Amino acid sequence: MSASPISGPYTHENSSIRKTMLWVMLALTPATAFGIYQFGLPALWLFVITIAACLLAEAASLYVAGKPIKAYLSDGSAILTGWLLAMTLPPWAPWWIGVVGALLAIVVGKQVFGGIGQNLFNPAMVARVALLISFPLEMTTWNAPHPLFSAGTPNLLDSLRITFDLQTHYDAMSSATILGHVKTELSRGIGLSQIFADSFNPLKLGIGSVSGSLGETSAVLIFAGGLLLLFTRIISWHIPFSMLFAIALLASVFNLIDPERYPPAMYHLLSGATFLGVFFIATDLVTSPVTKAGQLVFGLMCGALVFVIRTWAGYPEGMAFAVMLMNGVTPMIDHYIRPRIYGRTRKGDPISYDEPAEAKND
Amino acid sequence: MGFADFKLFKIRGGVHPAENKHATAGHPITPVPLADRLFIPLQQHIGAPAEPIVKRGDKVCKGQLLANSQGMISAPVHAPTSGTVIAIGKYPAPHPSGLPVRTIIIEPDGNECWADVTLPYSDPLTLDPDEIATRVAAAGIVGMGGATFPSAVKLNLRKRYKLQQLVINAAECEPYLTCDDQLMREHASEIMQGIAIMMHALQVPEAIVAIEANKPKAIKAMREAARHLSAIKVVSVPVQYPMGSEKHLVQTLTGKETPARALTADIGIVVHNVATAHAVQQCLYHGRPLIDRVVTVTGGAVKNPGNYLTPIGTPVSMLFEIAGGFNEEPSRIIGGGPMMGQPLPDTKVPIVKGSGGILALTAQETAQKTAMPCIRCGSCVTACPCGLLPLEMANRARANDLDGSVKFGLMDCIACGSCAYVCPSHIPLVQYFNFAKGALAEKQRAQHKQEEIRRLTEFRNQRMEAQKQAKRKAMAKRKAEMAAKKAREAEEKSAEAGA
Repeated sequence: MSASPISGPYTHENSSIRKTMLWVMLALTPATAFGIYQFGLPALWLFVITIAACLLAEAASLYVAGKPIKAYLSDGSAILTGWLLAMTLPPWAPWWIGVVGALLAIVVGKQVFGGIGQNLFNPAMVARVALLISFPLEMTTWNAPHPLFSAGTPNLLDSLRITFDLQTHYDAMSSATILGHVKTELSRGIGLSQIFADSFNPLKLGIGSVSGSLGETSAVLIFAGGLLLLFTRIISWHIPFSMLFAIALLASVFNLIDPERYPPAMYHLLSGATFLGVFFIATDLVTSPVTKAGQLVFGLMCGALVFVIRTWAGYPEGMAFAVMLMNGVTPMIDHYIRPRIYGRTRKGDPISYDEPAEAKND
Repeated sequence: MGFADFKLFKIRGGVHPAENKHATAGHPITPVPLADRLFIPLQQHIGAPAEPIVKRGDKVCKGQLLANSQGMISAPVHAPTSGTVIAIGKYPAPHPSGLPVRTIIIEPDGNECWADVTLPYSDPLTLDPDEIATRVAAAGIVGMGGATFPSAVKLNLRKRYKLQQLVINAAECEPYLTCDDQLMREHASEIMQGIAIMMHALQVPEAIVAIEANKPKAIKAMREAARHLSAIKVVSVPVQYPMGSEKHLVQTLTGKETPARALTADIGIVVHNVATAHAVQQCLYHGRPLIDRVVTVTGGAVKNPGNYLTPIGTPVSMLFEIAGGFNEEPSRIIGGGPMMGQPLPDTKVPIVKGSGGILALTAQETAQKTAMPCIRCGSCVTACPCGLLPLEMANRARANDLDGSVKFGLMDCIACGSCAYVCPSHIPLVQYFNFAKGALAEKQRAQHKQEEIRRLTEFRNQRMEAQKQAKRKAMAKRKAEMAAKKAREAEEKSAEAGA
């Protein structure tokens, strides 16, 4: 809009898309820093490559669409998409996973729908799911933590070889995530008490010193970031807490029924992408419902789907699938769940008071 | 009194804009000297414009009637000072369009000589309620909170509604404005007298004065003035924009929502602005018509912000001069508050009865940015005090889908601007709504016209058809008569022949 609008208000809260995105990035920083620290330089390269590729893809798409590149690129949404995507990737994945993921997220997940605000699905999750289905090997090769500055960590040259998929003599010790490990062992008919005896350590899971995606492992740091978003009112409690509630409730109920087959709530909450998903992925403004009541429904169903996919489906982790499925339901939720209009009943008729005292006299 | 235990109810949504009242809060009401010329628009109210009864060259006294009200919803205007009518013609009005309206221009003589204002009674509370409304109507008093609805109409509602309460709206929830705050601090007892008169006119046993909690001195002054008046309660209400929306204020005080498309009177409550109560007191106790008002002159660009007792018709430019002029070039000049006020096309437009504030805002204050696409964050949904979906309404308005916009609540929108205030994409939502409301009104007018034409055409066709039918019938009748006559003649002839 070139001419300034005539109608007010002539004052503003001074919020902006960029500010919102910056807060989310700030909230992601501790968990990301921890992920890069514990998975070493290859994680840093992957992180940088994914974000850079997202920015380039966004700029190219904006150019093709004939939109002002600077104004849109500086809103921070492409960086955030890349950031979130990188956090969900195996930390030592090769460079092209990040690049292909970025193209999928920005071009297929966002720009073909019309750019920011128009996408039906969370772009980072579109990319993650497409990558997982297309490159199952690269997307499920996990490595044990190799913290920076520790003895076993790859040096600069090795790290570049790992990321750029070159011949390397570095012996990457692969290691399953807890979700994958439990799923495999359960399918072999081993009971949970036996599996958990040597693999389930809530403290380690909470801190995040376990194998897993680049930025998903530290439940505590992600939770802290989530609290920052709640505190700054970037997100509201409705989606995260209804989601956590649904996961915990279902897990507890099934755990009560058969503790050997169904892990307890704590396991579901601390493992995999649970905290990243509930605070940063499912709460994506564009793809979640606009009303608080709608957000509660969205969160409950998301949580239930996460549990169902993790428990009975073929994949050990269900966060990306659950959120994407519910993204598809969001328009329907927004259609049916609307706030009640002032002075009207839920049906939309003007409210009426029965007391004769208030009735119109004429 | 019982204000300490007054139960309040929550309203939905709303926002907390920066108050920015500090610049003028506590600034005493300063009278403004007379301008060289006063411009009195004949339409300063909702309803029909007044019709002048003076002509060019007439000498007028202060308070003298200049133009009569026309019809039920209208208000007269009076001379703010004594002087000469130098012209009656078109002059730009304080409206964003800048379109001229009929205006009486007076050149003051500086004598301030009053027209006769002796009152035929000693105590206004002994008057008949109808008489109070009549006097308020004759004094040209309109809602001074900005809506400018003729007050007398609202003082007569007891005939059509069963009323229980008078609510005095002193929330002053718009940022920057302190005119009501200052009026209450300085004229609390007069306001109380005005409220008592209004209660008498409405025949209600109870009145509540609602003041936002950010005006502790006004609350204190008003409670002090109401100490011996058990029927008037002064209530401190939460600072939450748009608390001054009358339907939301009533809900805060009573917990009751006004049904859609109805008036607060439908739930037994009439709401008047606090400055209106003061004007009513001035009218009934002193015989003064509405010829001046308190105006807050402020904004970041104004050198010496303050509250000014301003004669109606004073040019806005003069008020800014009195306030020391500008520090910097203002980015916007607004009549009213920054949330619901309207941009002024020019500073030569006059102050009118509804002008509570004149703001000269800097670019930093307006924080205007280029609109970005909607990110469906739902901030507008949370902020809307009416339970609407502003993002959906704007989407549809933009696509010219007016019916769609109405389905999401366009006609329930009070245009408070809370949605646009919080929008992180800086989408001018209110602009879209105003556009849609305007287009809808136009469409309805066109539709109405079309229906009228169709109705009249059909009526005409029917009439023509009826005429034709009547003609045909008459013809047939005549033919039948002729035939019968012929038959009779033939019969007679054959009978003759037979004989």
